[in-house]
Amino acid sequence: MIPLNYILFLSTALFFIGMYGLFTRRNMITMLMSVELILNSVNINFIAFNKYLYPEKLEGLFFSLFIIAIAAAEAAVAIAIIINLYRNIRSIDVEAADDMKF
Amino acid sequence: MISRNYLSTALIPGLPFLGFVILGLFGRKYIKRFSGGTAAILVFLSTAMALLTAWDYFSGVGPTDTNSHPIDVGDITWLPLGSNLSVHMNFLLDSLSLMMIVVVTVISLMVHLFSIGYMKGEARNPAYYAFLGLFTFSMLGLVMSSDLLQMYIFWELVGCSSYLLIGFYYDRPTAVAAAKKAFIVTRFADLGLLIGILILCYQARTGEYHKPTLDIRELVYVLTHTTPSGLFLGFPLISWGLLLVFMGGAGKSALFPLHIWLPDAMEGPTPVSALIHAATMVVAGVFLVARLYPLYAEATDVSRIIEYAGAISALLAAIIACTQTDIKRVLAYSTMSQIGYMMFALGTAPDTNWQGYTAALFHLFTHAFFKALLFLCAGVIIHFVHSNEMKDMGGMRKMLPLAHVCFLVACLAIAGIPPFAGFFSKEEILLAAWNSSKLIYAIALFTSGLTAFYMFRLYFSIFWNKPATGHRHKLPFVMSRPLIILALGTVFVGFIPFSRLMVYAQYPDADPHESIGLNAIPPVLIALLGIAIAARLYYKENDRPAKWAQSIRGVYTLAYRKFYIDELYLFVTKKIIFNLMGRPAAWIDRHIVDGFMNGLAIATARISATIKGIQSGKVQDYAWFFFIGIAGLAVLFIYIVT
Amino acid sequence: MNLSLLVIAPLITVLAVLFARGKNAVRWLSLAGVMVQLILSFILLALYWRERAAGNPAPMLFQYLHPWFSSLGINYHVGVDGISVSMILLTAFVMVSAVLVSWQISPNAKEFFILLLLLSAGAYGYFISLDLFTLFFFLEVSVIPKFLLIGIWGSGRKEYAALKLALMLMAGSALVFIGLLGVYYHTRGLYTFDWPAIAQLGVPIRYERVFFPFLFTGFGIFTALFPFHTWVPDGHSSAPTAASMFLAGISMKLGGYGCLRIAVSLMPGSALIYSPIIITLATIGIIYGAFATMMQKDLKYINAYSSVSHCGFILLGIGMGTATAVNGAILQIISHGLMTALFFAAIGMIYDRTHTRLVEKLGGLLKVMPFIATVFVIAGLCSLGLPGLSGFVAEMTVFFGSWQRPGGTYHLATILACASIVVTAVYILGATGQVIMGPLKESQYNSLTDASWNEKMTGILLVAAILVIGTAPFWLTELINK
Repeated sequence: MIPLNYILFLSTALFFIGMYGLFTRRNMITMLMSVELILNSVNINFIAFNKYLYPEKLEGLFFSLFIIAIAAAEAAVAIAIIINLYRNIRSIDVEAADDMKF
Repeated sequence: MISRNYLSTALIPGLPFLGFVILGLFGRKYIKRFSGGTAAILVFLSTAMALLTAWDYFSGVGPTDTNSHPIDVGDITWLPLGSNLSVHMNFLLDSLSLMMIVVVTVISLMVHLFSIGYMKGEARNPAYYAFLGLFTFSMLGLVMSSDLLQMYIFWELVGCSSYLLIGFYYDRPTAVAAAKKAFIVTRFADLGLLIGILILCYQARTGEYHKPTLDIRELVYVLTHTTPSGLFLGFPLISWGLLLVFMGGAGKSALFPLHIWLPDAMEGPTPVSALIHAATMVVAGVFLVARLYPLYAEATDVSRIIEYAGAISALLAAIIACTQTDIKRVLAYSTMSQIGYMMFALGTAPDTNWQGYTAALFHLFTHAFFKALLFLCAGVIIHFVHSNEMKDMGGMRKMLPLAHVCFLVACLAIAGIPPFAGFFSKEEILLAAWNSSKLIYAIALFTSGLTAFYMFRLYFSIFWNKPATGHRHKLPFVMSRPLIILALGTVFVGFIPFSRLMVYAQYPDADPHESIGLNAIPPVLIALLGIAIAARLYYKENDRPAKWAQSIRGVYTLAYRKFYIDELYLFVTKKIIFNLMGRPAAWIDRHIVDGFMNGLAIATARISATIKGIQSGKVQDYAWFFFIGIAGLAVLFIYIVT
Repeated sequence: MNLSLLVIAPLITVLAVLFARGKNAVRWLSLAGVMVQLILSFILLALYWRERAAGNPAPMLFQYLHPWFSSLGINYHVGVDGISVSMILLTAFVMVSAVLVSWQISPNAKEFFILLLLLSAGAYGYFISLDLFTLFFFLEVSVIPKFLLIGIWGSGRKEYAALKLALMLMAGSALVFIGLLGVYYHTRGLYTFDWPAIAQLGVPIRYERVFFPFLFTGFGIFTALFPFHTWVPDGHSSAPTAASMFLAGISMKLGGYGCLRIAVSLMPGSALIYSPIIITLATIGIIYGAFATMMQKDLKYINAYSSVSHCGFILLGIGMGTATAVNGAILQIISHGLMTALFFAAIGMIYDRTHTRLVEKLGGLLKVMPFIATVFVIAGLCSLGLPGLSGFVAEMTVFFGSWQRPGGTYHLATILACASIVVTAVYILGATGQVIMGPLKESQYNSLTDASWNEKMTGILLVAAILVIGTAPFWLTELINK
């Protein structure tokens, strides 16, 4: 079996790549993709811990199914928001939506 | 006795006050032309009451007579100032106050009558008579006070009435400025009076009752029967108190160096000058020192100062008066000079037992008559010539014969020629000076010569000098009668046995009477010399005065410009007080204190401007903060707390 | 007597005015409301005298307590003693005069009168409160209306002045609040906001020393304690007349009352410790205020700086601490309140007619407006302490009380305070001479009118009050001492 660490490295790397993308990308769709990355990294974590630490239980599996579903829903809502925002500010650059500044 | 009860005594100041209230509230609309008459009637009643009370009191007086003790009538605790001190409102009737009451009411009545003619047709007459009533009330209250702070209250009211009356012709800027000057100079002196009262009042704590007191009789008794303690800069506190009280008196009485307001006060109507600035208000300082006489008799250092201040004032004023050309200004300086006489007579207290006291008060009494007479005559003259300057007058003895005779009588009195009233009082003063200090005597003698000179310079310039012209003007009844009454007074009041009557109540065995005898001769001779010089210079029109003035040019200019004292005061107030204290205070307030507060506001705004960058409006920045916060909390809770 | 009526009456008037239509209805309703307040205060005075004459020795009368947040020790507790009654009378007089003088206010008269009445409700509540929280509550009630009144109906730099005033007064309230909390937490024995109880129980000296400066400075900001007085000149000068009258007449006295009742009564030990500082600041305020006034060119600024100077007497009396000096401080609170209200009323009347407040542009007004000029002169004479008017009574009591405190430096402070009477005379007579006397400055002034009926009533009311206190002060001193 592959040691647990390797899988955790993978998920951590994915998590931080996603975070980096969330903080630095200007395109809102790309930010959404980064959020999906984060969610997927969490999924890997759940499955890994489930398989390696509690092989006879299935909670991790169920949770990751939930996360997939919620990720899909949240992506739909986020796209809806982006479309509405685009209708107002005519751009999908997140830095253009800074009306709420001081 | 009819005079010894509260009501009749209260009427004496009460009637003029009633006049003030009635004329003040209803004068302008309802009384108008009868305001003078109304006021005169009320003052007449008050004068009658005063004369009755005085007759009652003095007819029963004698050195060992218990009637000579003061009586007090009624007492109100007006303002409590602590657990054992309060201001009482009370009347004190003794020989001093009754003499003053007689002077004030009689002169006030004469002025009221004269004003009915002089101020006829003036638009603001109701206000004029209201203020006159206020003044009479305040002055009477002042002399009848039994409590130091009560006296201070009336002292200030007198100052206020004087302000209102000097500024009566309020659309003249000079009158407004003169009124302001009078009030501020006397206020400055009143500051001294107030602090002096505070010191004296609390000095009484060391006395036998162990409590502070404002009651005059009690204060005098306590402070003369104990050795008060406390030194300040090497002098006993009580001396400081008495000195400051004298400072207050000096301001009101226009002594050097607080005399600058008196000549300017001549901007007021002439009857006002007669009443206030000749006969009554300016003697308030003399009255004050006389009231506290036993204390001054014991404080030799302060009495020396009073002596010299009085003598310097007398001399200075006489010198200046020799050069002035405005008739009222000459009379103003003459008043200052005569008050200087009264003051230094009082200042001889430690050396002459009670001589100075009776001499000063006698001179006060006689001076009131002849000075008021002089001013009223001046009023008549000014009324006809429509100018105050001596050069516009001359040869008026045919035009105004009554004024001529009265003026002559008054001049003879002030020069000290027997048998007029001024002779007796001046002699007594010179006697007191002789017994005290020969230097003061010499100054006083020289000054009486100068007095004779400048008064007769005035007389000759007005009534002689130029050829007698014009036809006789007949004075109206209300203007001539007061002149006649005052002239009669000037002639006859010298014969009142003052020293027998004016005994200080608590000291009935003080015997100030010393006969004058041959001491009378030098002053009379000097006076005659002064008259002769004045006659030579002014009897006929000539250029001798001009030549004399040229020959002593420096001294003449100095005297004509009043020794530049006014300019000195102006310099001190404008350059020093305004520029060094007022302006910086305002500047500091605007720029430093206010600037600090504004600076706080600006600093807050700047900090806010710096911090508000956190609200960048960018979602990603917020996400960053979110993440950092969680990371921080996680580290905190996982590693540090547990 | 139910003291809360004093607070409810103005609030009912506010409601009535809110639903009124038309300028006349608004004005007459407001006038009726403040007249009711005046009558109530006289009734209170009479009832109070009767109770005391009957021998009631309780320190506070007519008490009423209603629990509010009893778990925190906060109750709605009201009661009066002599000092409070005199303050309530002062407020009533000034309010009636303020309403009368604002008869012609426009635009938005309704809002103006509502805000003015709210101010008075705050003042009354403040004076009757016996609970620190209630007191603070009513203190805060009055800050926002002031801001609105100055900012909307004022003149000159009104927005700046309104903001400055509101911020500085709120800073003062913040300091007061810290002090209050300190007192609450450290009262010996129990946690309560009830200040008579706190006065009895006392606070340990080491906490007193810490919290006294907060309380005193906080209340002092209201009373123009140097150097926090700078809101006074701009605030008073830019405010509309009625607001100036209320501000100078009552608002500044809220601080004095607070200093006395709260700071000094609850923490007497530290009052003694800090008294040299208080006396120094008060004396500086008196002299410095007087000198700064001499240089002012605007009538309202003259009166505002003169208020700083006169309120210094209040703080001096409180700082000196002797019974007479404190009596003098209370007398000065009442006397100055009436006097400055009168002065601002006169200045306001002049400004309404000539549209200028600069002294150099005015002159000779005695000829055209004799009533207003006389009122102006009387107010000025009261300011400089002429006997017969209330200012003299108050100042003398403060001077004598201050002299009673032994020690050379205290005597020096008293002498300096006395010296201010000369400076006051200089600027008052300067202003009077220029504005009232002298020749008529501009020919168009010839067409100016004298006071209208409402302005005459204002003048007569305040002058009568000043004269009564000035000529017969004994009833007032007795009232205060009971």
